[in-house]
Order: sequence, then structure tokens, then C-alpha cells
Amino acid sequence: MTAPERAPDDGPPAGRPGGEPPVVDARGTRCPVPVVRVARAARDLPAGATVVLLADDEIAAVDVPAWAWLRGHHVDAEPEGTWTRYVLVLGAGTG
Amino acid sequence: MANTTSDPLPAGPPGGVAAGCLDATRGPLHPLAAATLGAAADLAWADPTRRHGPGRRARGLLDTAREVLAGALGVRPDELSVHASAEDALSVGLEGLRHARRRVGERVVASAVERTAVLVRTGDEAPVPVSRSGVVDVAALVAALARPGTAAVVLQTANGEVGTRQPVAAVAAAAREAGVPLLLDATTSLGRDPLPAGAGDVVVADAASFGGPPLGLLGVRSGARWGLPGPRREAEQGRALAAPWVPLVLAAAEAWRQGEAAADEDATSARALVDRLRAAAGAVPDVQVVGDPQDRLPHVVTFSVLYVDGETVVDELARHDLAVGSGSACTSSTLRPSHVLAALGVLTHGNVRVTLPLASVSPHRADDVDRLCALLPDVVAGLRARLGVADL
Repeated sequence: MTAPERAPDDGPPAGRPGGEPPVVDARGTRCPVPVVRVARAARDLPAGATVVLLADDEIAAVDVPAWAWLRGHHVDAEPEGTWTRYVLVLGAGTG
Repeated sequence: MANTTSDPLPAGPPGGVAAGCLDATRGPLHPLAAATLGAAADLAWADPTRRHGPGRRARGLLDTAREVLAGALGVRPDELSVHASAEDALSVGLEGLRHARRRVGERVVASAVERTAVLVRTGDEAPVPVSRSGVVDVAALVAALARPGTAAVVLQTANGEVGTRQPVAAVAAAAREAGVPLLLDATTSLGRDPLPAGAGDVVVADAASFGGPPLGLLGVRSGARWGLPGPRREAEQGRALAAPWVPLVLAAAEAWRQGEAAADEDATSARALVDRLRAAAGAVPDVQVVGDPQDRLPHVVTFSVLYVDGETVVDELARHDLAVGSGSACTSSTLRPSHVLAALGVLTHGNVRVTLPLASVSPHRADDVDRLCALLPDVVAGLRARLGVADL
């Protein structure tokens, strides 16, 4: 992982300029709800913004990257306890 | 007993048994196959291994049907066995290859989009990945073949869920080069798409793919190293525990005979209908049409509706008397989505799978496709509005 334009002590990349990335907690919901929620959160954000999704539905492991690919978003998934943390960097596409 | 007559079966749907059927994975029988089945129930009910008159009659009819079905598969009649289901035929076919190669090893190489009946038998071997359109990674497959202890390789002619054809000739050549026997799974393509001639040491098909009853067909070429463990099985070239019910085999043979001459013409018209459906689905906002647009089965198409669950789409189309399949979770008894869609890395929710019946089975299939094309934009918009996701 590289973030060349950011100093290491800046913390997580900002969702909006000057703010923490929005975290969408979709744990306990099932497909397609995690994708719907993260799409809603992403809808009004500019390209390059970051959104975090927490989901424990195993189908999200397929559908979140599939949706991100359709929209041109970049996604990294990391297991975290009994759920997965999806970090999405938005591309130029909408929602 | 007050009443010894049972209730009659309910009347079929108006417009014929196949009206609105866009899910022919297990479709209605070809009408002449259905007629054959009825007649054969009176004529060929006996166990074909019996020496009495009815048994001999059933045996004679079975032999004739076997010749027809062997021709369909491109094998000799004595290389063909008939099994209760395509899954059984796949399972037995693979088991025979593995057992014959047990001194070499137990590994079975298979693509990630093979049928579940195959993938549950590949053990710990990771399946070979496919592209986003569903084509197996030939280089990865060749590398897997070269690893020691490889007993067999399994490849489908084409995928029955997304329609994408596989590079059978290239894989067959690589398997021959590596000295690994190939099981070719034609269970969704036989009768709909030409079978690559001579490919596969073992070939498996399903009579349901060409308008027959669901029936597994297993061809083991005579040169293939193949054998089952345990005591010799009594029926079907030593491959089945019991002889098939002959009327089903006769119905399957009749379906093949009826379909064979018209197969090319049927495939051409099915391909045009699927092209129309792919265009109509692709024109709806946020609908992902899946599978190779060109190098595919003529009669299969799958698409996924973003933000909507598959169950809702299938139910809504059913309200319009259109029967479609789905690879989404929750649309059948399974809670897991299709492993095929997952292997492609495409959406698994909101999935609609169309498998066109043969025109001879469903004379109105073009009307059904037109109706689906016309309904789809409003159905999708209506569902998204109802689910509160129309603004996404």
C-alpha cells in the first residue's frame, strides 16, 4: 500500500477533505443490503474519496468487489473479527 | 374406503405446457418424446435383463435407443451407459478415471465453473480460475496438469449458467500432451451446440438438454483407462447398479431424433433471441449482462440487476407468467449464490438466468423473449422504486 501524497502520521485517508472516511456498518444485513448501503454512502462523494464498509454477509465478498468493478472503484478487503472491512476508494463513476 | 379415485392432475397452463418457460434447464419434454414416454410405459416397462417376452422386448427397444444416444455423444453403443441423472453420470465417469489412475495420483484438475457434482470430487485441489467472462485460464490449467499426481482433468464444453464456451480443443491437446485423461462435460450443450469431435476420453451429457427427460449419458471411449473400484456393477457396461427404466431412454432417443435435423436452425434462432435479450437487459440502467457475448451457447443468457435481490426479480417475472432461473442466493433451497457467478467475480444478487427451450418444445419462445424484453425496464424500475434504491 502506498499513499505518496500523504504523510504517515496523517491517519486514515479522508473521505471528504478534512474529515474521517465515512464508515458504513452493514453487519447483520444480507445481500444486497451491504452493496445498497455502501452505494448510498458513495453516491454524493467525489472521485478519490474513501468509504469504509463493514459487512459479515459472505456474499458481500463477491458482490462488493463486483459492484466496485462495475463502478470503477478500488476496493481492498481485510478480514476483521467475524466480519470484513472493505476500504473503497471511489473512481469516477457514480454510486 | 369412501373414495378410491385420486384427484386428477391439475390442468396445464393455458397456451401449452411450455408457455412462459424461459428456464429449460429441466424443461418440458419434446411433445413426441412425451408421446413416446406414454406409449413406452405400456410397451417397454419390463426389466431389460429379464428373459421373458416383455423383458426381451424392452431389451430390444433399449438397444435401438442406445445406438441413437451413442451417436448423439459420438461414441459406440457399447461405450455408452445410461444413468439416473447427469450428476450420477459425471460422478461415475470421474470415479472410473480416478480409480484407473490411482497409482499415478488422485488430483483432479477442474475449472472453477464446473458443476458442483464435479467440484465436490476434486478434493483439496484448488479449481483453475476463469476470466470475468467465464473462460478457463488455459495457462493455469496446463500448469496444473503438469504437477505430479494428476489423475484426470474435467472441462465443460460450455457453462450452463452463463453460456460461455470453453477452449475444449486447446485443453484436450494439452491433456493429451500431459498424458492426463479428459472428462468432457457436455451436459448443458448436447443438442444445442456442436460437440467438439472426438474430444474427451470420457464424455457426459444430459438428455434434458435436448428436450428429453433428465437422464445421464456416459460415454467411455474404449481406449481410455477406466475402471470402478469394488465388485462389478450389474448393469450398463458394469457402470450402474440397476438397469434404467427403458421408457425414459426411449423418450430421450426420440427427443434426439426429433431435434437432430433441426439443431442448427434452432441454434441460429435461439442465438438471435439471446442477442435481443442481451441488448434489452444491457440497455436497462445498472444491469450487468454476464458471459461471453459471442463465444457462447446459443440458448443461455444471464444478467444481474444491481441493488435488487434475485428472489424479488424471479417472483415479479413469475407474476407475469415468465419462468426464469437465478443464480442468486435465496432463490432456491440453497442459501449460497452460484459458485459460477462468484468465480467470474460478477454480481450474484438480482440474478436472472434464461435457458431457452427448443422451439419444437416451446413454439412461443420468441414471444416469451419479446415479452421479457418489453417488461424488463418497467419491472426493474418498479422493483427499485419499491425497494427504495431507485436513486442509487
